[in-house]
Amino acid sequence: MTPTPAALAPPTLAIDVHDLVKRYGPRTVVDHFSLAVERGRICGFLGPNGSGKTTTLRMICGLLTPDGGSGTCLGHDLVRHRERIKRETGYMTQKFGLYEDLTIRENLEFVGRVYGLDRLKQRVDQSLDRLGLTTRQSQLAGALSGGWKQRLSLAACVLHEPRLLLLDEPTAGVDPKARRAFWDEIHSYAAQGITVLVSTHYMDEAERCHEIAYIAYGELMARGAALDIIRHSGLSAFVATGPGADRLAIRLRDAPGVTAAAAFGATLHVCGPDREALMRAIEPFGNDPAIVWQEAEPTLEDIFIHLMGTARDNAPGA
Amino acid sequence: MRWLVARRGFWARLGAIIVKEVLQLGRDRLTFAMMFGMPIMQLLLFGYAIDTDPHRLPTAVIAADQSQITRTVLSALANTGYMSFTHRPVSEEEANALLQRGEVQFVVTIPSDFTRRLVRGERAQILIDADATDPMAAANPLAAAGPAINQALARDFVGPLAGLRDRPDAVELVVQRRYNPEGKSRLNIVPGLLAVILTMTMVMMTALAVTRERERGTMENLLAMPVRPIEVMIGKIVPYIAIGSVQVIVILLVSWLLFDVVIEGSIPLLSAGTALFITVNLAIGFTISTLTQNQLQAMQASFFMMLPSILLSGFMFPFRGMPVWAQWLGEALPATHFMRIVRGVMLKGADLGDVSAPLVALVAMLLIVSTLAISRYKVTLD
Repeated sequence: MTPTPAALAPPTLAIDVHDLVKRYGPRTVVDHFSLAVERGRICGFLGPNGSGKTTTLRMICGLLTPDGGSGTCLGHDLVRHRERIKRETGYMTQKFGLYEDLTIRENLEFVGRVYGLDRLKQRVDQSLDRLGLTTRQSQLAGALSGGWKQRLSLAACVLHEPRLLLLDEPTAGVDPKARRAFWDEIHSYAAQGITVLVSTHYMDEAERCHEIAYIAYGELMARGAALDIIRHSGLSAFVATGPGADRLAIRLRDAPGVTAAAAFGATLHVCGPDREALMRAIEPFGNDPAIVWQEAEPTLEDIFIHLMGTARDNAPGA
Repeated sequence: MRWLVARRGFWARLGAIIVKEVLQLGRDRLTFAMMFGMPIMQLLLFGYAIDTDPHRLPTAVIAADQSQITRTVLSALANTGYMSFTHRPVSEEEANALLQRGEVQFVVTIPSDFTRRLVRGERAQILIDADATDPMAAANPLAAAGPAINQALARDFVGPLAGLRDRPDAVELVVQRRYNPEGKSRLNIVPGLLAVILTMTMVMMTALAVTRERERGTMENLLAMPVRPIEVMIGKIVPYIAIGSVQVIVILLVSWLLFDVVIEGSIPLLSAGTALFITVNLAIGFTISTLTQNQLQAMQASFFMMLPSILLSGFMFPFRGMPVWAQWLGEALPATHFMRIVRGVMLKGADLGDVSAPLVALVAMLLIVSTLAISRYKVTLD
């Protein structure tokens, strides 16, 4: 093999993209985005709606041609070796992408045939067994509930034993139990050495990832393990408990020095980038003896809301 | 990882698409019912309902006798407005070939002894062979011919010929209605319906098949898998070729049972022409689906295709009755060429040579449309 950039890339990286750019007309949806993910890792891909997560995932799996930048996916060039990437990657679309008018089994068989898999029947049987859908295999996929649809999509994605999974908001609108089952499956695939890049809006899911990439308005804003991101965020946070603490949220939300003030049940959570300013902001409410203020660790959500606020908004209304 | 994937490429993926399409077709009961109910309904509806009166039909003349009187006869025929003398074949064989290929509607033959017999007061005959596959196109010209000739000649019968003036039947017109001696219009409508029904169902079905994937969001998933445009296209088209073939068999059977329409020519030739036509329509449908965003648009685009196929292909109105611009539009429609093939083979018993021109036209259309379809179909979402 000739030493292409692909061959020279560190072999431990499943995804290695640099300066990816995607424009739609005058709008830059993805702006010089770089990301490296090591093999066997679960990387959570977070960011507000319209921040370019789906576009980035589509560029990585060869569904979209980048307008700029380069990179490799599983060692294959993003643009030139699209077919190879498609063969070795499982991409799960945000919207249910299987055929609702085919049965569960027929869908899996279709996917298996497209990839030209051998021992098709056996693989489909195994997949159904693993899903626990063997008894329902002749039901139409359209008749499945949201959680089951997502699990079926995931099963279809991994049928050809890909080395990389790209999951686009796989658990949106799925109940907690099904989400937990879904994430258990993701972890079991990672344990087999499959790399996973998964976009999500759920913070608890972000914490189940080995690492996180936060994108806002097409730019990478934060990167690393959840704990590291929290530790290095530079944000301060306070929690108020006591009767009526949650009602202070509205009054504190727009105070100077406060990034976010949110009620969680009866408690109030406030955060800001500058500890002194934050303390000044909450001082007027510190005299109430019924309310106890305590310094706390900022949450991932705090950090992302803060990052969103500081992100350059080049696409109003996006 | 690679060793897990069997080395079956094109055929496996193509097979995958075909199996999937057949399953989906079977699931859509309403569509399925429509595809077989619609042809029969239209057949009954149109089969009994069409009428027309075209002028200036191309006519071949064999005038073995050149005289003042034959010139009067020919100009009388031309003055009816129904005939236009476009060919002057030298032999009867040549004239027959013109009729067979559909290049002329009529052949007028004036025997060599026509003037002599007329002058002598003997029985003088003129022979008109008509292509009666479209009986409506032939009926009025033939009805007008006899009176027109005798009226015109009456003016010429002066001096020594004045005695002939009182004989209204001085010239006897012998008419041969070829291919459809009884002048049944259903004989002509049935082959035409084949073309129209196939256009309607085939174009629309494929146009919807691809846009449906886009609308339901399954296209993105399909594109993320290693399947090539040509595989998707052929895979989506193949099941419909089978459906189209069944439609043809249904139409021909019903036509035979209800209308006594039998196939004069070669069935393999008719089948080949039909298969080609079905494929062209499917390719057009596929192209429409790559140009439209949703099923509604695809539906509308299909109708754009269908209406001219009904109105301008020679189905509804005799092709030669249309103005020249409409004839040119008609030439661009696959239905027009298919109609010529079907009428030729079914009613005239035409052979490969007779229908080679429309066959070539269909092949050319297939190539152009498929190229367009494949170039428009994208493997990415860009």
